[in-house]
Amino acid sequence: MESVIDIEGLSLAYERDGQRTEVLADLDLTIQPGELVAIVGESGVGKSTLLRVLMGLAKPSGGRVRVATGDSRRPPVALVFQDARLLPWRRVISNVAFGLEWRGIPRMKRLERAKAMLRLVGLGNLAHRWPHQLSGGQRQRVSLARALAVDPEVLLMDEPFSALDSFTREALQDELQRIRAETGKTVLFVTHDIDEAVYLADRVIVLAGTPAGISALVEVPVAHPRSRHDPTLAATVRQLRTELSARSAEL
Amino acid sequence: MRTPQRLGLAAAGLALFLAIWEAAPRLGLVNPAFLPPPSVIPGAFWKEITSGIWFGAVLSSLSHYLVGLAAGVGCGIALGIASGMFRWFESATAWIVRVLRPIPGLAWVPFAIIWFGVQPSAAVFIIAIGVFWIVFFATQGAVRGVDRDLIEVAQAFGFRSSTARLVKILLPASTPGILVGVRTALGQAWMAVVAAEIFGVPGVGQRMMQASSLLATDIVVVYMLTMAGLYGLFDSAFVALQGWLLRWKA
Repeated sequence: MESVIDIEGLSLAYERDGQRTEVLADLDLTIQPGELVAIVGESGVGKSTLLRVLMGLAKPSGGRVRVATGDSRRPPVALVFQDARLLPWRRVISNVAFGLEWRGIPRMKRLERAKAMLRLVGLGNLAHRWPHQLSGGQRQRVSLARALAVDPEVLLMDEPFSALDSFTREALQDELQRIRAETGKTVLFVTHDIDEAVYLADRVIVLAGTPAGISALVEVPVAHPRSRHDPTLAATVRQLRTELSARSAEL
Repeated sequence: MRTPQRLGLAAAGLALFLAIWEAAPRLGLVNPAFLPPPSVIPGAFWKEITSGIWFGAVLSSLSHYLVGLAAGVGCGIALGIASGMFRWFESATAWIVRVLRPIPGLAWVPFAIIWFGVQPSAAVFIIAIGVFWIVFFATQGAVRGVDRDLIEVAQAFGFRSSTARLVKILLPASTPGILVGVRTALGQAWMAVVAAEIFGVPGVGQRMMQASSLLATDIVVVYMLTMAGLYGLFDSAFVALQGWLLRWKA
């Protein structure tokens, strides 16, 4: 099967005041359609930079990045931000339709699609609320619906649940699993929570070092839908923790 | 304090104010020609209305007010956005702004007369200049203060041109700040109306000057109250519009 993301030897450096800082070095990563790959790593290690490269907002200084484009009407990627970042002057439904507005899709079609996405994330009845009337978890659901609405090849998620309380976070993790089962979306999920990464992902990638590279890659050999109490998940979490502490001992 | 108490006090205060005002000329404390008692105002108002002068003056002032306001607010918003969005534009205009900004609107009266004559367009010009700077700086500040994170949302969803950035993010996000400037301008423009008309352009200001030169102080007061009323009307309407436009705010 053709991969949806293909990164080869990616490196990225920026220059500030004549000082060259390398953020990413010689990174290789291939993601297959329908996979959920989680990237874990300390904050500031370059996880968000990697996402910015995939969105085309940052230019790599070396290597090759290819993101599949199914057809010209669909964007390669769409991002769910850590803070929901809804536009406060738009009602919920029009926030969800936001990404469709430059594709020449008629207004009725856009709203129809937005409504369907809101139903998918379980907020069909809140379409006409303002963002400030929603809870944190609801806002993040709207943000997810907004990204899904443009039907991207790959859904990028940048620590999307880290600002939520633990009940809401677990509910949204399960929600993401359900949506993925329904839509078959490929997801690249950045988090600093190892338990979350293992529970959600098919593969977990550990990003470490300065400049950062992939220091470990762990498969999670558990079929979906998963139980949080699956012993294999717990074992994988332990394995990852060991890898991470070995890494930081090295550094 | 509870609402009925507050309303009672406000009414009592107004009544006392009117009583002192009425008493002062009647008791001979001040010359009634210099300060007409409030009781003669309704009569004077009626006379101004029935003679048709009031409507003529108000209509003509309103047209100066609205056209001048629209011109000043329009230019202020347009240039404020340009200055808030583009550093090069801000730099290029920095010294021009520094020179022109401190010049009071009324200092433009001589040029207004030379360029436009004693014509409505002169009044419009004075009013527009009076509100321009307020709206310009409010808009510039509001545009520059837009949350970078929201601009990033637009970029993430493919809106990368500056037009898209302006329409999708900058304009709606800076609307609250711009509206504050426009509301201040609403009041400032009334001041400019009087000032602009005092030098002879037909309208409320001119009518007041005529009346005062004849010592018809009751008529002067009629127009002072007329302006207070009109300003109150416009301000309330604007506040209602503002509330509706910003109904998305918490």
